[in-house]
Amino acid sequence: MEIKKGVAVSPGISIGKCLVIDAEDYRIPRRLIEPSQRLTETQRVRNAFKDAIEELTHLQAEQQEIEGQKIKDIFAVHLSYLKDRTLRKKITDMVITESVTAEFAVSNTLRDIASHFAKVKDTYISERAADIYDIEHRLLRNLVGGKRLDIAALKEEAVIVARELSPTQTASFNKEYVKGIATGAGGRTSHTAIVARSLGIPAVVALEDITESVNAGDTVIIDGNRGIVIINPDDNTIQQYLEYAVEYTELEHRLDTIREKPAETRDGVLVSLFGNIEFPDEAQGVLEKGGEGIGLYRTEFLFLNRDTEPTEQEHYDAYSKTVAVFKSRPVILRTVDLGADKYTQSRRYAREPNPFLGLRSIRYCLQNLTMFKTQLHAIMRASVLGDLRIMFPLITNLQELMQAKMVLGDVMEDLDDEGIPYNRKIKVGIMVETPAAALTASMLARDVEFFSIGTNDLTQYTLAVDRGNELVSTLYSSVDPAVIRLIRTVIQDAHKAQVETSVCGEMASEPESVMLLLGLGIRKLSIAAPMIPEIKQIIRSVTIVECNKVARKVLGMNSERQISSFLRDAARKILPEAF
Amino acid sequence: MRPAMQFVDTASKFQASIIVSRGDTNVDGKSIMQMSMLAATYGTRLKIKADGPDAPEAVEALRELVEVKKFGEPTPEEKSRQAY
Repeated sequence: MEIKKGVAVSPGISIGKCLVIDAEDYRIPRRLIEPSQRLTETQRVRNAFKDAIEELTHLQAEQQEIEGQKIKDIFAVHLSYLKDRTLRKKITDMVITESVTAEFAVSNTLRDIASHFAKVKDTYISERAADIYDIEHRLLRNLVGGKRLDIAALKEEAVIVARELSPTQTASFNKEYVKGIATGAGGRTSHTAIVARSLGIPAVVALEDITESVNAGDTVIIDGNRGIVIINPDDNTIQQYLEYAVEYTELEHRLDTIREKPAETRDGVLVSLFGNIEFPDEAQGVLEKGGEGIGLYRTEFLFLNRDTEPTEQEHYDAYSKTVAVFKSRPVILRTVDLGADKYTQSRRYAREPNPFLGLRSIRYCLQNLTMFKTQLHAIMRASVLGDLRIMFPLITNLQELMQAKMVLGDVMEDLDDEGIPYNRKIKVGIMVETPAAALTASMLARDVEFFSIGTNDLTQYTLAVDRGNELVSTLYSSVDPAVIRLIRTVIQDAHKAQVETSVCGEMASEPESVMLLLGLGIRKLSIAAPMIPEIKQIIRSVTIVECNKVARKVLGMNSERQISSFLRDAARKILPEAF
Repeated sequence: MRPAMQFVDTASKFQASIIVSRGDTNVDGKSIMQMSMLAATYGTRLKIKADGPDAPEAVEALRELVEVKKFGEPTPEEKSRQAY
């Protein structure tokens, strides 16, 4: 039995057999397999070689004749390696004799060869180690990619253990069988966390070397309430956790009883609670948990579990399906937020050196107008079915907003020409998630009907911290004085311009932050469906007078640590069972 | 690594098995992994042994590649001469 402590990001408890996914750009741990799996693993090795050969043959053919000669030569050498039977045999032999995973055998064998080269005095030869790493990487990518398909095709319940899950991987999960998630990297706002929460799958992240501690098929307990993962628990521990799981389900049911009650403070102030979704089939869940509408529909997920761009009709089907659930209640569609860690990098010839500051989100859309217009066309076509609203992400200046609105205008003209009806008065708003947008909120307010503060990116950009990097993720906090001041600025400027403002980042679903947000003047929150009852319970337990006092106190504090411990104490007094 | 590839490509054209030795190390002349791990830089003495119906032709073709064509690359001396 081994207990690992991480960060709890999605509540609930699950016990199950684990399925491990390695990451191609991280050290592959030695992981044992059952003797009965040896044939499957050697077949995976052969498939990976076959796929890599195919891939390289394509790449080689794509190179221009003259300037590409050097690259062609390099590819030819790599191909020659991949076709070397003695290399493949060495790897499959290792799988058989040592009962290790295909990933480990590939990585270990090629790294041995690379280190052999690296030791040679001749620099020409020692530098060839890089070629070997490249071959290793290509093979691993194919192996890990194949594993992703395994998860999509999962036929029995499993708990996923991985170094990190990409949005594409989580998007292809079969929700029926994935019962829990544990990852080495990540934080509260990583995509694994967001997706797990919205699907209601217990998840723990930031477990560091978790993938080195498990073997495929181990029994694993994931405690998404306390942030604990237990590998191969003993019978007593399993018993204890089965009891926890029952208690937790009871708490959930108790909270469900407030579903029909309004999110109203004790002194009679109404707060709107909306849901965040990635896929149309989550909409029903938002309604069941008492959500009044969709405050953030992350439409880019339509792109993530597939190889080809969605068609206009596929966009339309997804949106009309969502609107059908909410009828006349608001559904805010955020236009595709691709780029950074999502989608675009793997499709580029060369990766951007700093994708979070690169061509992402609205910038990507404005440079890929056909794709952007396809989505807007589908949204407008669906706009007659209910109260659809459009939200542009990552706006940094007025010009971008005007450009995006101009494209929307073009699409409306197209629809007029085609004689297709649409809602001419559709509400258009923006995400305020860059310090630039927050600081110029008063200017942007004139051209939008609503703001939604995206606290995840706003925090990351304000504090210059990569939320997924565990080396600095402790610096990441939405209640840092700098972030709170920006949020206050946005709320005040929006209030003056009479623009409705909501918060849709993870901060809105953190029980300890709710009082602060209400005290700063927020009256609308959009959060993951499973969190709605708990947040509503908090709102129903406080008064706005108390919240205002909390906000005033926090604004006078000068350290993140002081603020977060003050907020935790304040919230604990109100809803002790949530902590 | 291109020379190793050329060597392997040439060797693979023959049925005969081909063993290349550098000192006490013997490797399969048709495996690029094994050939490149010999780390035979310019000036290294190699022994080529072939066994099979077309063994003489194989040895001759490989000898030509190494000693006559020199892998179609300038030797280090020629390279430094070009630099002046």
